[in-house]
Amino acid sequence: MQAQGADDIIICRDVHKWFDNFHVLRGITLTVKRSEVVVIFGPSGSGKSTFIRTINRLEDHQRGDIIVDGIELTNDVRNIEAIRAEVGMVFQQFNLFPHLKVIDNITLAPIWVRKWPKAKAEKLAMELLERVGIPEQAHKYPGQLSGGQQQRVAIARALAMQPKIMLFDEPTSALDPEMIKEVLDVMKELARSGMTMLVVTHEMGFAREVADRMIFFDQGRIVEQGTPQEIFTAPKEERTKLFLSQIL
Amino acid sequence: MSVGETVIGPPARPTPAQWVRKNLFSSPFNSALTVISVLVIVLAARGIGRWVFVTADWSPVVQSLRLFAVGPYPAEQLWRIWFIVYMVSFLMGVSGGRFGGTVRTFAVALAVAFGVLAVLPISPDYLPLDTRLRLLLNPVMAVAGYVVGRRAPIQARWLPLAWLSSFALTIVMLGGFRNVALLPYVESGKWGGLTLTFLLALVGIVASFPIGVLLALGRQSNLPVVKALCIVFIEVVRGVPLVTILFMVSIILPLFLPDNIRIDRVLRAMLGMTLFAAAYMAENVRGGLQSIPRGQYEAAKALGLTGFQTTLLIVLPQALRVVIPAIVGQFIALFMDTTLAIIVGLLELLAVGRAVLNSNPAWLFRDMEVYLFIALIFWIFTFSMSFASRRVEAAVGLGKR
Ligand SMILES: Nc1ncnc2c1ncn2[C@@H]1O[C@H](COP(=O)(O)OP(=O)(O)OP(=O)(O)O)[C@@H](O)[C@H]1O
Ligand SMILES: [Mg+2]
Repeated sequence: MQAQGADDIIICRDVHKWFDNFHVLRGITLTVKRSEVVVIFGPSGSGKSTFIRTINRLEDHQRGDIIVDGIELTNDVRNIEAIRAEVGMVFQQFNLFPHLKVIDNITLAPIWVRKWPKAKAEKLAMELLERVGIPEQAHKYPGQLSGGQQQRVAIARALAMQPKIMLFDEPTSALDPEMIKEVLDVMKELARSGMTMLVVTHEMGFAREVADRMIFFDQGRIVEQGTPQEIFTAPKEERTKLFLSQIL
Repeated sequence: MSVGETVIGPPARPTPAQWVRKNLFSSPFNSALTVISVLVIVLAARGIGRWVFVTADWSPVVQSLRLFAVGPYPAEQLWRIWFIVYMVSFLMGVSGGRFGGTVRTFAVALAVAFGVLAVLPISPDYLPLDTRLRLLLNPVMAVAGYVVGRRAPIQARWLPLAWLSSFALTIVMLGGFRNVALLPYVESGKWGGLTLTFLLALVGIVASFPIGVLLALGRQSNLPVVKALCIVFIEVVRGVPLVTILFMVSIILPLFLPDNIRIDRVLRAMLGMTLFAAAYMAENVRGGLQSIPRGQYEAAKALGLTGFQTTLLIVLPQALRVVIPAIVGQFIALFMDTTLAIIVGLLELLAVGRAVLNSNPAWLFRDMEVYLFIALIFWIFTFSMSFASRRVEAAVGLGKR
């Protein structure tokens, strides 16, 4: 049983979700601590994306509670906006704004949501581009960058809101193999810096290296969870073993 | 490029002789086509040239230049229209100086056009010296504006504002006030010619654009009432010809209004054209809105932007970019549709043409010349618009991605 502590930044209790009659999430209970790096994996269609999208309310849930940094997710618009400002998200398809230069992609939310002055936002944006290793691309448009560079911009854009939690939904699945590493390196650095991260990925090398916990999802349920050590060397459930044998 | 790689230049450009052989005489069939085409072009050019310079009698056009330009606007108040024209020339100059590129091309074209008009070989009876001098003042204004645009530290965002205010000023200058001696009231029945055509088109374009965008957004709204209203408006207006709408606004609308409220005739035509154009604008914009992938909305939401900010900063800039060609096409159609205002009794360009033809029995059979002249004017402006549209598309990178 997980006790609720001050250190728990995400608390999900018996979360259910339906798409019409389709029961996608069937009772997810999960607590994530500050600075924890959680990797979620599992077969296609098992509800991984849907689950992490409920945490910043890109999807709503119909039963159970989700509490993020002390704020309960309800239909209250102010709560939703407060949560979204605290939770950064990185998508499989990058979803950069193609009509804005890289730097403007990054400064947009600080300026309009945080109401920062432009100069301050740009200073932070340049620091973040430095951090993800592409300061020289600041004044290009997203369409002029490689996939790996675009995904690093997307990470910088999310970080510009100085979030407490970062969600990643298969951030490297749309990338050519030679670009996967540059994105994973940025994510590893972020994990080591103490960011709380929920990462949906099948990059098992990344999981082994930085995950504190791994969660195996199947058919809308958490089937098994444990440290990478436990999951890779001694999975308890048959389904976990089968899935790992397929992807490793 | 790696070290030691040899540099290969692009292939040499073909000589003119090579070009001709490759493009015009590559096979017997192509050679025949080339010869026939050239023959047709030469014959047509000779026929047209002879008609334009020998057979045609341009006197209805030449002797009515002022009517074509301003209609029955009172002669002693003409300075007000000149003022507007100078203002436009000056602003074109400033914009050309500030932005360069296509805008400068347009500023130059406008200045040159006025210069050419000023020196047209027309008898001083119909194009007197003072008019020529006034025309010539326009290139001067354009150059002055250009210098200002280059030298003065004008922020780019002020120029659209300046254009909008000049537009408001234009309407004030044309109409004047009932109790201001300097700008006496000129009733809209006296507005006419190219001036009125421009005014109808510009009001239609400037007003239908924001209304159309709002209608398109309303059609996607989550509020059922707003959505229903927008859909009903759009579908009703799109299902009715413009002529009908103009008739309804002109004739039926006053029947519903109390006697003491009389909406001006020009205003009614503007209202009809604006509503009509707005419905089509809404459908164009909707196409753009639908082209925005869901990921864009999700990314904006995930960053904490509000719905309003998402629409303003993310969705509309991309959606409008996609539909620039359609929107410009619609503006062109609207410009030409101004001729329909003739049926509600407005003296726009086409109506002036008819009035000119009827004014002198000797000109009764000169309709070819008059209508060709009007067609030429329309063509010049619509061509400029589609040229500008292509440049704007290129500038915002449409079709590159
Ligand atoms: N908007 C939606 N409407 C209806 N069904 C949906 C919707 N989004 C997802 N689903 C369904 O919900 C199930 C879970 O989808 P989800 O995207 O969460 O899976 P996933 O585990 O992320 O899979 P993948 O590895 O393919 O990304 C799938 O069967 C999917 O078809
Ligand atoms: Mg998914």
